[in-house]
Formats: sequence, structure tokens, C-alpha cells
Amino acid sequence: MKAIYGLFPDPDSAQCAVDELRRTGVDDASITVITSQPFEEYEFSRRDKRTWLFWIAAGGGVLGLGAGLILAYVTETLWPIVTGGMPIFAWWPNIIVLFELTMLGAIIATVLSLLITTELPTKKVKLYDPAVSQGKILVAVEEPPDDALPKLQRVLREAKTVR
Amino acid sequence: MDIYAEQKINADLLRPLRRTSGWFYLLVLMLGGIILLGGGAWFYQISNGLAVAGLRWPIFWAFYITNFVFWIGISHAGTLISAILRLVNASWRRPVTRCAEVITVFALMIGALFPIIHLGRPWLFFWLIPYPSERQIWPNLRSPLAWDFFAISTYLTGSTLFLLLPIIPDFALMRDQMTGWRKKIYRVLALGWRGTTKQWHRLEAAMQIMAIAIVPVAISVHTIVSFDFSMSPVPMWHSTVFGPYFVAGAIFSGIAALMVAMAILRKVLHLEEYLHPVHFQNLGKLLLLMSLLWGYFTFVERLTTWYGNSSAEMAVFWETQTGAYAPLFWTMVFCNFVIPFPILAIKRLRTITGCVIASSLIVVGMWLERFLIIVPSLARKHLPYSWGSYRPQPVEIMITVATFAAMVLLYALFAKAVPIISVWELKVGAPVLSPEEEEERRALWRTRP
Repeated sequence: MKAIYGLFPDPDSAQCAVDELRRTGVDDASITVITSQPFEEYEFSRRDKRTWLFWIAAGGGVLGLGAGLILAYVTETLWPIVTGGMPIFAWWPNIIVLFELTMLGAIIATVLSLLITTELPTKKVKLYDPAVSQGKILVAVEEPPDDALPKLQRVLREAKTVR
Repeated sequence: MDIYAEQKINADLLRPLRRTSGWFYLLVLMLGGIILLGGGAWFYQISNGLAVAGLRWPIFWAFYITNFVFWIGISHAGTLISAILRLVNASWRRPVTRCAEVITVFALMIGALFPIIHLGRPWLFFWLIPYPSERQIWPNLRSPLAWDFFAISTYLTGSTLFLLLPIIPDFALMRDQMTGWRKKIYRVLALGWRGTTKQWHRLEAAMQIMAIAIVPVAISVHTIVSFDFSMSPVPMWHSTVFGPYFVAGAIFSGIAALMVAMAILRKVLHLEEYLHPVHFQNLGKLLLLMSLLWGYFTFVERLTTWYGNSSAEMAVFWETQTGAYAPLFWTMVFCNFVIPFPILAIKRLRTITGCVIASSLIVVGMWLERFLIIVPSLARKHLPYSWGSYRPQPVEIMITVATFAAMVLLYALFAKAVPIISVWELKVGAPVLSPEEEEERRALWRTRP
């Protein structure tokens, strides 16, 4: 992969760099920002915020509920024992099993969709610099056109880049 | 926060992972030895039968089930407290959450082990799992023991994921900071985390959802553990107050265990700059509230029983107030309420030392509470022909001690492998300092050895 990037000492200069890159006509989707912590208060951090994760979790919960219902019905009818005068398929105690499996479904769906949407785990070589873990902020343009390289280089240098 | 402050946090929190003193190996050796002895005691019990454990008719639930309830209660320290603090966005939670979440995972593992230890043929524990076996025998889902399986499995899965997800960015940090074989391991564990804005947003959204989901699951777990008792017509068990009573007791013992763990970590790993007295103050206030709540539930439960004046229940009641179990009962009251209440209520006494004293007593008191819920009721059932007594045997005591050692060992090993304070979360919550304060902080860092 081809990319040009700058490392910035603080989020203010990283924000300046992102703004400058936009001003020079770089598409938002081509700009990558990598940080060692989320900077919620900065605009560059608010990209990609929209997510379906809450709905996916709810869907997982519904699936878990369905699985619980099938399990409870099949289990109780395959081995029908009368317990304490309760019906073979008794709703009150089954609510407990249904609740647990609903929550389990929601939790597993959340984690799976997190891993899928963030492309984890991955073995692919992706843009990264270990200096990020020391607190630097990486602002990059991925797959830049060759003729734009000098201009992008200048923009990143002028925005207080450290390298 | 500037780069120097970030690097200082990295250095401070990764220090325990980089350096290992001889004391650590000695501790591992000692705890490992105790665990081996516990394993030997269990093997002895498997070979000779449960009779060696002092379990005699009519008391078939004693130390093991006490430990089961106790450890499941301790597990409420972490995920539940961490999830609540996350949801209310309490910024002081940041250095506390991981210390707490780790307790949950290990305490649940240990707690879940006890029903298996309590089995005559523990290798058949999987019969509790619903699966289409050739025997065509399915577990009875109307049994509270089957509910335990579902509740504990869900809570353990949820808590483990709740602990692991926010560790991924810290694994990435360690991948970048460590060298040699450890770097290779952390590279695998980091799963290729980079820290893009998308990854941060998804992680935070996932943590928010998990926090919402885990709170009702945690409450359900201890309610279901209470159902193991309250669904039986045993004197002083068949009570509607048992669900909330158990949940309150679990949170109470959980916070106490967390404070003891935090104080030890603070001292041993030199985390004084991160685990401040204010964390103990705040958790101390929470512990005070839970102490009051525990006192309230204990009073309500006892008063209702006494007012009902049912002969079977009164037999158990008097046995714990003035009979054979009275010394344990009053020790419990002193440990859970009489001593901790003034320590936690008076601000001058609510120091780190005060909180540790109160918490240690509460951990002891809550173990006694679990024992006193189980044994006296089984010893004084409805008809005098089914009365009996219980005396713990060395096998049970050894296995109990071994599980405490296992908890400490697992915690110590975890703290050697993963920063016990979430590094990235701490950075997010770090205060924005004035230039003068920043300079002072930097100067302090420069002078550090």
C-alpha cells in the first residue's frame, strides 16, 4: 500500500493538518487518523461515528431469545417430567432461561460486529507507526496520486508535523 | 495532555510488566504450593467419596456451597460496578475499572468450580449442559440449578468479553513497547489494532452496549443464586426478600474485595499516583451505603421471621441468635455493620487504611453470612428427626484455602501480563493541566529514578 503521513505531537496540530488536507482537496475518505486514545472533543475524531451496532445487538438479542425458546421447548418436551405441579412447558421458570440467552445473544452479536466492522483480527500490513503508542497522532493520506505527493508533503510539514 | 505525560503513564503502568522481583517468584511458588495441596485434597475426596468432607445428612450443602455463593458474590465487584460507573460516566472510575473487572472473571471461574467440587462424580458435570446425548436425558429447565448454569455462563462470557475488549488497545501499546518474545505474543493478542477513529468509535459503542447488557445480567446472576435457596420450602430460605438481599450482599462483598485488591496493588506496584485516596473515599461511600442496605435487609428478614413465629423458622432463628451459631452470627454483624459503619461514615476515618480495615472485615463477615444462610437452615429443618450438626473437615478447609490462593495467584499473574490500570482510558481521563502544573509534573518525572 502507498501512503503519506505525518506524526503530530498534539491533537490541535493534527486537527490543523486534517483541515489543511481537506482544503487542498483531499477526500475525507482518503484521510486516516490514528491515535493512542479517542479524542472525542476534536472534529477529526468524529468521523465514522454512525454505527448500526445498537441495532445489531438488538438483533442478536432477538436471535438469542428465539434460540432460548426453541431450547426450552425442545428440552422440556423431549424429556417430559412433571415438576412441582408445573406444566411441562412452564413460562415462569423459562423466562429466566430466555432472559439469559437473550442477553448472551446481544453480547455475542455486539462483539462479533465490533470485530467485523473494525477488521479485527487482521494479518494484513496496514498503515501504522509505533510512535503512535508514544502519544503521537498519525495523519495520513492513503493511496495519494503521484502528482499530489509534493503538495501533500508540504501541507503535512507546515502543520507542525514532527517527522 | 502532552507527549511527556503520555510517556510517563506508559512507563509507570508498564513497569510491573517489565520488571519482576524475586518476591513475585516466591509468591507464585507459595501460592502454587497451596493450590497443589488443595488439588490433592480434592483428589483425596474424589477417591474416598464425599463422606470425607463432613457432609452428613441432613447437611449436604456446607462449605462448598458457601464458597460458591461467596465467590459469585465477590464477582459482583467488577463488571457490575464498572458497568454502572461507565454508564453514569463517572470520570474517577478510569483507574478502577480493570482492577475490578479482573476480580469478576476470576471469582466467577472459582465460584463455578464449587458445584463441580461438590459432585460425587465431578467428571460428569457436563450432564448439566443441554445437549442431545445418546442417553436422551435433558436437564430440567425448571430447576434453579439449571438456571445457575445459564446465568453463570452468560455472566462469565459477558464479563470476560467486557474485560478483554478494552484491553485490545493496551495489547497494541505493549506490542509497540515490548521487545523479544513478549512483543510476538502481544502482537498476536493486539489482533492488528491500530487506533483509527473508526476503531475507537466502535469500541466505545460496543463497551456502552455491553455495559447496558451486563448490569441486568449481573443482577440476575445473584438473584438466581438466591433462587437455589428460596425455591425450597426450607425454614428461613423460602423468602421473597432473598433475591435483592443476595444482590445487595454480593455488591457489598464485591466492593470490599475490590478495595482490598486496590490497596495491595497500590502498594506493591507503586500506583500511588493513579489510585488516589479519592478513589478509596468514593468507593468507601458506596461501601457505606451497601453496609446500611445490608443491615436493613438483615433486619427486615429477621423481623419478619420473628413476627411470623413459625416454629420451624424460629428454631433456626434462635439457633443463630443465641444457639450454636450465635458466635458466628454476632461476629458477622460486627464485621459487616458495627465496625465498618463508623469507619466509613466518619470522613476522618475513611482513609485508605480505614477502608482496608473495613473491607477486610466485610469480606470475612460476608463469608460468614453465606455460611449462616446455608448451614443452620439445613441443620434445623421442619421436623426434629431431621435435625443435625455440621463440622467442617480438613479436606473442605484445604480446598477453601486453595481457592483463595488461586484467586491471588491468578490476579498476580494477570497483573504481570497486562497493565492493571487501563492505559488508554487513563489517558482519556487525565486532567488538562495549566502550563505551570505541566512543568511541575515534567520536572517530577525527570527527577524520578
